[in-house]
Amino acid sequence: MRALVAMSGGVDSSVAAALMLEQGHDVIGVTLKQWEGPDGAMPTAGCCTLSDAEDARRVAAQLDIPYYVLDYVEEFTRAVVEPFVASYLKGLTPNPCIECNRNVRFSALLERTEELGCDVLVTGHHARIENHDGVFRLRRATDPEKDQSYVLHMLNQGALARIRLPVGEMTKTEVRGYAAKLGLRTAGKPDSQDICFVTSGDYRDFLAQQEPSVAAPGAVLDMEGNVVGEHLGTARFTIGQRRGIGVAVGEARYVVEIEPAAQTITIGTYDDLLTERCVATQMSFTDRPPALGDTVGVKTRYRSEAVPARVVATGARWEVAFAEPEPRPAPGQSLVLYEGEYVLGGGVIVDGRRRVAPVL
Amino acid sequence: MLYLDHAATTTMRPEALEALDEAHHRFNANASGQHSDARAAKNALEDARERAAGLLGMDQPHGIVFTGSGTEADNLAVIGASLASQRRTVAFSGIEHKAVLNAAGSLKRFGYVLHVLPVTSDGVIDRDAVSLVAGREPALVSVMLANNEVGTLQPLLEIAQQLREQDPQIVLHTDAVQAFSSQEVTFPRTGVDMISLSAHKFGGPKGVGLLAVAPGVTIEPLIHGGGHEAGRRAGTQNVAGIVAMVAAMEAAAQDRAGFTTRVGAERDAFEGVIVAQHRGAVVTAGTAHRLPHISHMRFPGVLAETFLIRLDMSGIAAAAGSACQSGAVEPSHVLTAMGYDDVATGQFVRFSFGWDSAEGDGLRAASVVLDVLRDL
Repeated sequence: MRALVAMSGGVDSSVAAALMLEQGHDVIGVTLKQWEGPDGAMPTAGCCTLSDAEDARRVAAQLDIPYYVLDYVEEFTRAVVEPFVASYLKGLTPNPCIECNRNVRFSALLERTEELGCDVLVTGHHARIENHDGVFRLRRATDPEKDQSYVLHMLNQGALARIRLPVGEMTKTEVRGYAAKLGLRTAGKPDSQDICFVTSGDYRDFLAQQEPSVAAPGAVLDMEGNVVGEHLGTARFTIGQRRGIGVAVGEARYVVEIEPAAQTITIGTYDDLLTERCVATQMSFTDRPPALGDTVGVKTRYRSEAVPARVVATGARWEVAFAEPEPRPAPGQSLVLYEGEYVLGGGVIVDGRRRVAPVL
Repeated sequence: MLYLDHAATTTMRPEALEALDEAHHRFNANASGQHSDARAAKNALEDARERAAGLLGMDQPHGIVFTGSGTEADNLAVIGASLASQRRTVAFSGIEHKAVLNAAGSLKRFGYVLHVLPVTSDGVIDRDAVSLVAGREPALVSVMLANNEVGTLQPLLEIAQQLREQDPQIVLHTDAVQAFSSQEVTFPRTGVDMISLSAHKFGGPKGVGLLAVAPGVTIEPLIHGGGHEAGRRAGTQNVAGIVAMVAAMEAAAQDRAGFTTRVGAERDAFEGVIVAQHRGAVVTAGTAHRLPHISHMRFPGVLAETFLIRLDMSGIAAAAGSACQSGAVEPSHVLTAMGYDDVATGQFVRFSFGWDSAEGDGLRAASVVLDVLRDL
């Protein structure tokens, strides 16, 4: 079998390449050039930088596999960066990694895999793909701390059949140990935490560079609609955000509403943030969707535990009812449905209380 | 591996390898020293300078400035001559190597105005544009003798004559880096004031090049330090590299007619088979005067980035566009200047033959390329 390994220059994809090689496959390494500065150079800070590509190239050389850098700047800009900016302007909280997986990695690159004469696409994601009598299932990673199944929920049967995630079977410690044993330069490299195209500061600085209008100030309102402060742009906030609101009132306050049109944010107590429902559109499923009335596990953000919820609406707009009230999910993030360890599918969270179309 | 990327770098000629090895042993001293070893190195250096000057049709060797690369020679020509001039306009064709484009670009911050000469769809400079540029009183006009991507040759002597008639003060530079193996590169034949060369493109080592400057043309140095190269390029001379470069120059100059016949035959056979057997394959600037070793072709509907990887996997080394910092293939500014849109520019591949390409390489390569195309 010939495997195309997407190598980011990190330890996980380095080990993924090494494992495929160890299993006796022909392996080709590629790094995706996804973002560049105005001078066409790859970023030098953040992740997916020039030095990351260099690490990937050196690991490929050590493993003695062919290695190429593929230019996906145009696709990435169109499918990830532009919608990212547009989403924040509409008061949403996008997840660019998911959009990249949906529109670049596991679509454009998956197509390219075949064009390059490769049978499977391999990444260093921490999740597992299992073949259950011809039905491919996406399962949480062996290492619960590193599980990335949430950001892979869009994979369907066709994709799952052509993807391999060899490090999903290992804990991060095992991955690092394996890399160290092989003497790979990436063995001790820290995990990337940032959004890859945000090369300096945080996403707010990036937004301000891309779209100066995000800095439009506005009012901070309380639950009764009284002005209790001022903010420096609605795009700086996420539903559920607690820090950086800049309004001091005795009890902790959370962002419960973002209204870009009125340039206001509304803050409230933790109780004000709680909701019983979550609505999502653009749902896709790894195999068959759950039925109306089924109880599933749901995750509404990358870093949270799955909580039980019941499917109360299907079709163009899926709706789940939480068993216990939950902090309101941020529109733009993904609603991902689980059956125990297995991902059933997911979609993009929309504001359930108002019927607005999502941007993503 | 069938190596068809000789335009990127070609095999070292045995004459150069031998000269390099010998010079490393015999002329290892610093040529600026005050002892016999230094004198031997200095003598080898100046001997190389004289021979290089002779090959370029210069009466005096003084005009040869040895550099660390063709890119450095281009920078020295473009920036050095512009800084030495009272004029503040710099002109160059849109298909110049990035060494010229970006050297000129760096002058913008010092208030220089850049003027780009357009090319036709065949990659040949528009003659009307030439007369237009003379009226703008440029300090320097830089036009490459032959393009490194598509291989088209410019009617440089005619362009030079036209410019000089209109404005005798213009300093003319040519990047002859890609042309040297097959074209007679001399001052009388090109009509220019400065010529850039790079050793590794004609069988010499990497890391060495030269800028030949005609008498009476002044350039500001870019690298400051000791008084090496008559104050025009500081830094201890790479005597072995220089001696090897000149050995390669001599071998290449002697081999030009043979190169053109031999290599041209392989290239023509290659192109002939591919165009005949792959529907839609088009040779870029096929009817223009081209270098004999470059075959630049478009394969409509085939993404060059994918094609190159498939070729590599099948044992053929070819190229597309130019590699960026990261190694990704970048869209070619040359093709953009020739009027191709973004989709088209992603579909061109360059195959380039070299002095040591064997008889039959053209047909062998064509057969593999056709196999890959059928499989895509």
